[in-house]
Amino acid sequence: MGSKQTVLTHQQLEEYQDCTFFTRKEIMRLFYRYQDLAPQLVPLDYTSCPDVKVPYELIGTMPELKDNPFRQRIAQVFSQDGDGHMTLDNFLDMFSVMSEMAPRDLKAYYAFKIYDFNDDNYICAWDLEQTVTRLTRGELSAEEVSLVCEKVLDEADSDHDGRLSLEDFQSMILRSPDFLRYEHGEGLTLRPWDGNSRGFTGDRGKRPQCFWPQSPQLSEALGDCFFVN
Amino acid sequence: VTGQLRDLSDRSQRRPSRKQTSIAKCPRDRRRAQPSQKEWVTGSPRPGSSRKKQTDRGSCHKGLWEQKPCKVERSSKGRRKKGQRASLKEQRTPPKKEKEVLRKETCDQPKRPRSISLASNGESLSEEELVQILEQVEEKKKLIATMRNKPWPLAKKLMELREAQAFVEKYEGALGKGKGKHLYTYRMLMAKKWVKFKRDFDNFKTQCIPWEMKIKDIESHFGSSVASYFIFLRWMYGVNLVLFGLIFGLVIIPEILMGMPYGSIPRKTVPRAEEEKAMDFSVLWDFEGYIKYSAVFYGYYNNQRTIGWLRYRLPMAYFMVGVSVFGYSLMIVIRSMASNTQGSTSEGENDNFTFSFKMFTSWDYLIGNSETADNKHVSITTSFKESIVDEEESNKEENVHLTRFLRVLANFLITGCLCGSGYLIYFVVKRSQEFSKRKTVSWYERNEVEIVMSLLGMFCPPLFETIAALENYHPRTGLKWQLGRIFALFLGNLYTFLLALMDDVHLKLSNEETIKNITHWTLFNYYNSSGGNESIPRPPLHPADVPRGSCWETAVGIEFMRLTVSDMLVTYITILLGDFLRACFVRFMNYCWCWDLEAGFPSYAEFDISGNVLGLIFNQGMIWMGSFYAPGLVGINVLRLLTSMYFQCWAVMSSNVPHARVFKASRSNNFYMGLLLLVLFLSLLPVVYTIMSLPPSFDCGPFSGKNRIYDVLHETIENDFPTFLGKIFAFLANPGLIIPAILLMFLAIYYLNSVSKSLSRANAQLRKKIQVLHEVEKNHKSDKERATVTNSEATPKSSSKNVSQLQLTKEEPVSYSPSQIQTLDKTSQGPGTSADSRVLQPASWHLGFQPPKVKLDSGQPQSQAHTWRSGSGKSAQTSPN
Repeated sequence: MGSKQTVLTHQQLEEYQDCTFFTRKEIMRLFYRYQDLAPQLVPLDYTSCPDVKVPYELIGTMPELKDNPFRQRIAQVFSQDGDGHMTLDNFLDMFSVMSEMAPRDLKAYYAFKIYDFNDDNYICAWDLEQTVTRLTRGELSAEEVSLVCEKVLDEADSDHDGRLSLEDFQSMILRSPDFLRYEHGEGLTLRPWDGNSRGFTGDRGKRPQCFWPQSPQLSEALGDCFFVN
Repeated sequence: VTGQLRDLSDRSQRRPSRKQTSIAKCPRDRRRAQPSQKEWVTGSPRPGSSRKKQTDRGSCHKGLWEQKPCKVERSSKGRRKKGQRASLKEQRTPPKKEKEVLRKETCDQPKRPRSISLASNGESLSEEELVQILEQVEEKKKLIATMRNKPWPLAKKLMELREAQAFVEKYEGALGKGKGKHLYTYRMLMAKKWVKFKRDFDNFKTQCIPWEMKIKDIESHFGSSVASYFIFLRWMYGVNLVLFGLIFGLVIIPEILMGMPYGSIPRKTVPRAEEEKAMDFSVLWDFEGYIKYSAVFYGYYNNQRTIGWLRYRLPMAYFMVGVSVFGYSLMIVIRSMASNTQGSTSEGENDNFTFSFKMFTSWDYLIGNSETADNKHVSITTSFKESIVDEEESNKEENVHLTRFLRVLANFLITGCLCGSGYLIYFVVKRSQEFSKRKTVSWYERNEVEIVMSLLGMFCPPLFETIAALENYHPRTGLKWQLGRIFALFLGNLYTFLLALMDDVHLKLSNEETIKNITHWTLFNYYNSSGGNESIPRPPLHPADVPRGSCWETAVGIEFMRLTVSDMLVTYITILLGDFLRACFVRFMNYCWCWDLEAGFPSYAEFDISGNVLGLIFNQGMIWMGSFYAPGLVGINVLRLLTSMYFQCWAVMSSNVPHARVFKASRSNNFYMGLLLLVLFLSLLPVVYTIMSLPPSFDCGPFSGKNRIYDVLHETIENDFPTFLGKIFAFLANPGLIIPAILLMFLAIYYLNSVSKSLSRANAQLRKKIQVLHEVEKNHKSDKERATVTNSEATPKSSSKNVSQLQLTKEEPVSYSPSQIQTLDKTSQGPGTSADSRVLQPASWHLGFQPPKVKLDSGQPQSQAHTWRSGSGKSAQTSPN
């Protein structure tokens, strides 16, 4: 208790608990995650609410986000000024919305914002193209992309104005079996808890996740021993 | 209401003339509003300590009498003002809109005079006033409770929260004044405590879920499909723990504590012939020797009606526990299936959204690993391509005949495999019976059945997979087929095994009569063959020397026990060899190998979900079958599940790679449950058969001496219940009553089935109706928009793709749909992000607070046009107050 209270006051913690889906412990863990992103930037004393922003370059390297094709959009949507730089409040907000406890409507709302790339409150064909390109890493040809966008508009655009409004989007996505399954946590869900353990990813081909800690010395030594390569 | 009040105070500050009046009316309140106002404007969240000081109890009570009328008065003023503002602003809005505003004002009318009079009189609070404030307080509380559900930035949430809390704090105490205020505050205190307790309890509960972190870790690496296996394993562990508690608590522990000790009677003693080797490990490993004559197996239990000073009816308890193991398992499986389907009923028709779902929901946001992400990208791309191909040539299928031929061929091959493996098992079991008659058997001969079954289980699934490649099914369908085939293989094996076992049992039963006679003769001769001296009665025959029957129940129990243990060992060895050693080899030999082992041929193993799940299911089936004959089996199984949880968690993380096609475990979970239910039912049959139609062994087990096992029920009813109850039971067991009861049950099933069908039909119709309504609403709206465009702009352009009209349509929904208000509201928070801020107010005007017009409007149309939609809870949630 003692050390925690220097970081955030009791009052602040209570308020954060009321405003997010997190418990006190989780908030503290999130704070330390946040602080770890930029230890020299973020003070350990948040009782006076310092106006600190962690730049997007650091936010985007978080293990939860670094492989997400929409990470920039997520950061932009949740940041105060839409530039991706985040305060602690934005950070908590992001994980709160992305938590498993957040209700469908809230998630659908933010999903809409994330997919609305040009911030015009509609998902237009251009936004859809962006989405497809990011999802497939540009593997689809231009005709295929346009076909997919056309099909999506065909399916979900109930008022036939050539773009998806928030209502279109919500009525579509809330019917999805995959969008929100709490126990499996797919859809718009991030888990900040196991972020640090995800560690190492091999750079060559497929490789188990937590195989022996990969130390270059060891592999070099082995390579020297049995030298063939 | 909060928003209104706050906006009012804003405005009172900004506009001097208005402020004058309010100052004149209530200086105290203004003074208080000032600092908090600053707080909002700067937007910096400040700890509420200062606020607490402000709303000090003393001042609150003292000032309450002046304050409240002030506030109410101001609010009414504000409303009027807002009305003006709205009408000013919406000069160019459609007549319909105007009407709305008007109606709003008329709605406000009845409140206004009363509040003004109150304010001017400065009298004490009336009942209505109190009620109103109470309502406000309740609303605030609701707001506080639902704050986390609001789609606002956190800064705004904090602001709203503080204000609502202050409001509640301020008025909460006052409300109770005069009528049990202490009670009220106490209740509030308790409510707060209760909320806190609930929160803590929830924290505690989540911490208590075992292996949550492990499973989440696996999920983040391998996707939800692999995690679903581990969740299933955990669920199974829970079920087995309950069964274990049941059996241990009600059967094994009472027997150990109160039953006759080891060595007291023949069935509890190792026979003389086995005594020498009874402690050898090789014997114990086969569950012979001392283990065979322990409480782990059926044969150890005595047929005394009551044991110990508690007069515990052990045979009865044994029977009832056996029944309730099945009862509980059935109940829990069906319940979890039902709860699974409940979640998926709403996903009825989602075929219309294939592309949309692929686009918006295919990304698994939990992926935190670049390899998994790569796989996901690839699988999304392929699924898109597949859908495109399907779309382009939905009906054109190339070379139907070849595909059909291949499928028939594959099915033929697989059926052959299944039959062959079934026959092999049968053959092996027959042979093992031959072996068992011999005196000396080698290790291989003794374990042949287990080895063959495990080998089949190891090699058949990959074979099936290879054959299934011929069929060229869609992978999801392919997985289902694969599951079904492996299921059939396991099922066939299990049932052949069971049939062979039954033969064995019948053989033993036929021998039983002779053994019984032998036993009788031995005892008779022993006691009657006086060795000359009649005076000294011979000491009773040592229990180890009494000849005894084969006790088929224990033999069956031992068979299941062995099968379980060998299954476990084979699983672990497979994991160690097939996954771990392979991973080691690939990982380290890669440095000195001719080709790339990691990307090339052996590569790393993938986690075999279907095989593991089916293995788990069949293992559970064996537990269900065997637990009647070997009460200790459940304990072994609990150990097995526990170890396999840790072992497989480690193995999957250390030596497996994510699947090439990361597929979601969407509905397969219920598929697993369905298989489990089937296995449960199938394992119920042999047990029921033995209970109902085989005579129990004459010299072992709790039911020895009875004609059938279920006779224990009759006995208990006759001896322990009053006679009239016995009569009632006898009456109930009358076939004349049972047959009508069964008929009645069928009728009930038929009736319920038809009711549910009609209900689902009604559901579908309602859904359709909602869709139609939605369409109508949309069309109506767009028509209206078009109309307003023509009215206000006087630019009658009917072509819908006009630029100006697009802008206007963007503008219009603001006043209609509450959710979109939220959107606009939110975008207008950040200055410069949105091009729409011009629609509302100058951006500087509402930097720190909300635009009142939007607030005001948002509540209104909801009650008019959107009432039908409020059932979804969305509009209720988004309405700000």
